[in-house]
This record gives sequence, structure tokens and C-alpha cells, in this order.
Amino acid sequence: MPPDSPIRVFVVGATSAIATETARVYAAYGARLFLAARNADRLEAVAADLRTRGAARVETALLDATDHHRCEEVVEAAWTALGGLDVALLAHGVLPDQARCQASAAEALRSIDVNLGSAVALLTPLANRFEAAGRGCIAVIGSVAGDRGRQSNYVYGAAKGGLDRFLEGLRNRLFRAGVAVVTLKPGFVDTPMTAGLVQGPLFVSARRAGRDVHRAIERRRDVAYIPWFWRPIMAIIRILPERLFKRLRL
Amino acid sequence: MAGAVDGRPARRSYRSWGRYPSAAPADVFPVVWRSDAPPFECLRGSVLPYACGRSYGDSCLNDGGLLLDVRRLDRLIAFDAAAGLLRCEAGVTLAEILALIVPRGWFLPVVPGTRWVSVGGAIANDIHGKNHHRAGTFGAHVTRLELLRSTGERIVCGPDDALFQATVGGLGLTGLVTWAEIRLKRIDGPGIAMERIRFPGLDAFFELATEDHAFEYTVAWVDCLARGPRLGRGIYMRGDHAPLDGPAPSPLAGARFTVPVDAPGGLLNRVTLALFNEAYYRSQLAGRRRSIVPYAPFFFPLDGVGDWTRLYGPQGFVQYQCVVPGVPADGPIRTIFERIARSGEPASLGVLKRFGAARSPGMLSFPREGTTLAVDFAVRGTRPFALLDDLDAIVREAGGAVYPAKDARMSPESFRAFFPQLDRFRPHQDPRFSSSFWRRVHAS
Repeated sequence: MPPDSPIRVFVVGATSAIATETARVYAAYGARLFLAARNADRLEAVAADLRTRGAARVETALLDATDHHRCEEVVEAAWTALGGLDVALLAHGVLPDQARCQASAAEALRSIDVNLGSAVALLTPLANRFEAAGRGCIAVIGSVAGDRGRQSNYVYGAAKGGLDRFLEGLRNRLFRAGVAVVTLKPGFVDTPMTAGLVQGPLFVSARRAGRDVHRAIERRRDVAYIPWFWRPIMAIIRILPERLFKRLRL
Repeated sequence: MAGAVDGRPARRSYRSWGRYPSAAPADVFPVVWRSDAPPFECLRGSVLPYACGRSYGDSCLNDGGLLLDVRRLDRLIAFDAAAGLLRCEAGVTLAEILALIVPRGWFLPVVPGTRWVSVGGAIANDIHGKNHHRAGTFGAHVTRLELLRSTGERIVCGPDDALFQATVGGLGLTGLVTWAEIRLKRIDGPGIAMERIRFPGLDAFFELATEDHAFEYTVAWVDCLARGPRLGRGIYMRGDHAPLDGPAPSPLAGARFTVPVDAPGGLLNRVTLALFNEAYYRSQLAGRRRSIVPYAPFFFPLDGVGDWTRLYGPQGFVQYQCVVPGVPADGPIRTIFERIARSGEPASLGVLKRFGAARSPGMLSFPREGTTLAVDFAVRGTRPFALLDDLDAIVREAGGAVYPAKDARMSPESFRAFFPQLDRFRPHQDPRFSSSFWRRVHAS
């Protein structure tokens, strides 16, 4: 990218705390941003913040990511508005209530659609455009919860785990085209999404998470844990034999 | 461990800065979006906005009630770089604002002794700084703000509105400030050309204070343990904005060093503090010293040490800050110094400054023309409360006031005497809003 043209970043779920903090880092560098989110007032609040912090340009589009047809429209709108993209960051998602998902298949399927189906709806057109462009970076926020199914949130874990496989394959496919695919796996981040959880020592601020996400994208990491210390923790959790793991209350 | 990237802890805690008194909210409601009103009708009990918790006593606490945590109302809204007008949400910290505006040649009109306060807190306490003699209080530079009342009503008000005058210095009790607009000031650069002058006693302080008008910022550190002819000795610091060679350190950087645990209760005693005070006073060998420093260490020296309040031990501490009117005001100030020195309380550094004549915009604003003194006291059992009651009596006699943002113990009678506009304020209070401080100074 020539130095005189600011980086072009497309952010889905832009009103989420981690996405906002990541976008703030880009804004400080004078990036051009295209933001998509569900709530118009919130989206405008984030857009104004990023403009004030130095973004060269901020465009917005309303998007409910479960509307798969609309996903493709918004990808096209972002690509057209900024004349191509350098980075796409998918940061939307919800943490479903596990008990309700266990009581209702519809509820479980809805959360899988928000966390996985919508990502597929966005990644398919994005991947084709990036592949044709032959450059750029697709970054997606997964979760440490996707690394292993646990009784306390396996519906969320299943969606994020499926996303993990999808991104592995996409990375493999786009490697030859020169497009990076970055899987981001945050642990506990102090955001409105985790407001219901008791905060332990492993919680980090959304700002820290946003900076780590930005760094992982700029360094074109394949899989980045946010922050780094979740990598050894999850390595241990992944190697526990299933015979033992099924007895644990995690 | 992991969270202190920018000085803001990831884990939420709801204490005050002095960690005295201890109080626990029954619940906390995070306010994340300025467009979304908290569901006041579903929330039980009284509510109080809370952001950085930098008020020292109980004015930011709501024991048994609800705190509206506004730390996520941290968005900037607009910055007019030609006019120097900044609009932002109430939870934005002054550190965040400085990071944005200083490289663009602007500065906040008023900054306190720490950059980790929110805009909402700066308004609610109508804070002051080292330039009070020129600029007045923070609230004097707020051009408008939006107040969200518990009825759901949103009111945008400005300096001419009574509700604005109640909200500035109104201790968060008139409703939730969602955003505010601040008039910034131009600066030559991120440095401060400063001068430090050692002075041998209180008379010398008042003499130096007559030169304040020639400097944007003035403040003095005073040895509160010195007695007799050395009473009120200290170091006068004054300065102006100046260009700096090289870049200034980011105001968003956290402290270099953090106090990891509570110090034993007796660590700061008369002996260690007398030694410290002596060493600090003697550290300046020459009578006068000039230098150019980055703005952050000049304004925010204690931000360099994270959780420094832990040095005061597990029971926390109180800071006593009063203002005594009159020119010169050395009579009551001298009496206060004598009382502190005689009391045997281990008082650490005292901060002394002449406030200017600017009228504060808030009905309950603390600053008024005169001399202000701030001193820390560790809390141990019933100490130092008897001493502070004595000091209150001196301040009342002199027609002065004690600062609610620092207070954890003043009596209802003293509060009424210090804030004669209280009856004008009351009709503007939001009936759903209250604080531990407010209930304490209204106890019968």
C-alpha cells in the first residue's frame, strides 16, 4: 500500500467493545473505516468517536448479521465506498445463555446462526473479493471457548469451534492468493458481553484486547490468543484426555 | 496483573480514592451508551454516577444503593480544532483528552493533580488546578452539557441555566451527565517552563503568592510537621506552557511503579514523614531552580506511582482540604498549621495555594477567593477525626469551606455553613439520586 493512502478497514460488529478499541487504534493512524452494526444510535456514537480520534473517513451501514442477504450487500457497499479493503474485521457475536439453549433448540440454533452462520454469510463474499484482489487481511474474532466443548457453554463453543475450522480452511485456500486470515481468540475481556460474569484475575480491559487484536492483524498472525497467556492455558485444556475431561466441571 | 495497560484497571472496584470509609453498593448498573437511558423505573433504591473513583471520601460512594458505572461512556463526539471546542461523553478521562489535544496544540483549561478523572467527575466536583488564580474552576469552561434525569427527560443546559449551575459542583446529584462540551486553550508546546523556589516559612509563602499573577500555574508544597520559625516552610512551584525538545510521554501510559500491597499501618509515622519532609525540603539546595519539563510530571507527579494510596495502610486515609477567604489570609492558615503540628498527627505533604477572585459557576462549588490547604492523614482508629473537627471550627469562623470531594467526615452543621447556596441547590436535585456523602451531611 502506498504510504499516502490510509489503510481501509471494514468492521462488522463495530459497536462491540473489542471492535471499537481496535478501530480506535486504526483511527489514530488516520485509517479509512467502514463500520457495520445493528443499532443506529450506537453506530453513530462509535463513528463520531473514531472521526474525532483522527480517522480520515468513517462510513457506516446498518446490519443485522442474521440477515444473510443483507450481509452480501454490506460487503459490497464497504468495498465500493472505500474502493477496496485492506482489512476486514468480523467482531459481531453474542454470548448465549447456555441454560436457555439447552431448553430450546430454536434458541441454540439462533445463537449458532449469529455466531457462525452470519460469519459464513460475510466471509464468503469477502473471501472472493480479497482473493481476486490478491492481497489484504481477513480477521475474525473467535473465542477460547471454541477450543474445547465444555458443559457450561458448548453451544457458543460449537459455533466458535466451527468458525475455527472454517477459518483454517479459508486460510489454507487464500494463502496462495496472498491474503492473510487471522483467527483471534480472546479469553475473558471486560466488556458488556461479559458483564454477568464474576471478574477474575484473567480478565483484561477491552482497550488491551483491542491493541492486541490490532497487533495480531498487522503482524498477519494465523491464530492469536488475546492476550497471549491463553495460548498455554488452552494448550493444556486441549490435551486433557476426553476420558478425564468429561468428568470435569468446566 | 494483566489490565493496567493504560492505568485503568480491568477489574471493577467501587472504592473511593482514600479507601475510607468502606462502603458497598447494593448493585452496579453499567451505562454504556448515551442514547440508552438506564431503566430508572426498574432500578431500586437511590442511584449515583461513578466513573474513576478519584473522589477521596464518600461523595462517590452510595452505600447500599446503586452505582451507575459510566466508565464506558468514553467516546469523543466532536473536536472543533479551529475554535478549540471539544464535545465528549461523561466517562472520558482527562488523560484521554490530553492524548488527543496536546499534539494538536491545545490543552485543558483546568487540570487537577491526577489525569485519571472523568469529565463527569470534573464537572460534578467543579475541580480546580494550579491556574485557579487565572482560569477559575473546570466548570467555568464547560459551555454546555446534557443531563439525563431519572424521569427519562434529557436537558441540554449551559452556564446561564440554574440547572447547569446546580450540576457544576453538584456532586452527581442532579442527574446523569451524558456529555459535555469544553472550551480548550491554546498552548505553545507540551512542556512547562517551571521555577522552584524554596521558602523558609509562611510569611515568605504569602510574599511569593503576590507574584502569582505573572504565572499561569502556581502551587506550593509545605512541610506540615515543621514548627516554630520554620512553620509553613516549603517549595513554591510555578510555571507556564512552553515548547519541549522532543515528544512528551503519552498521558495514557500507566505508572512506572505500582505499590503492590497495603503498607503496614504504621509505615507513615511522624518519624518517617519528618525525615521525608526534611529530605524533600533539602533536596532543593539552591534558593531557585528553573527547568523545562514535560507537562505530565509537573501536573500529575503522583500518577507516576500506581496505587500509592496503599502506603497509607489498610485503613486508608483522609485528605483535608479547606479554603480560607481574605487577603491576606495568614491568620487562620497559620492557626491551622500550628494545630496540625501540635496535634502529633503524622501529616505528610501539604499543598498550599492562593485561589483567585473568579466566581465559581456552581451553587455548591468549593473554590472561592482565599488560601487553600490540602493535607493527607492516615486513618487509624478514631484518629485524626478530633483534629479535623477542630480545623473545621477554624474554617467556619473564618467564613471558609471544606472540599466535599475530599471529605469523609464533616458534620451537617459545617456543611451548611460552608455552602450557603444549599437551599438554592435543593430544588434541582434529582429525587432518585443520592450518595453516602449526601446522606451523611443531611443526617439529623
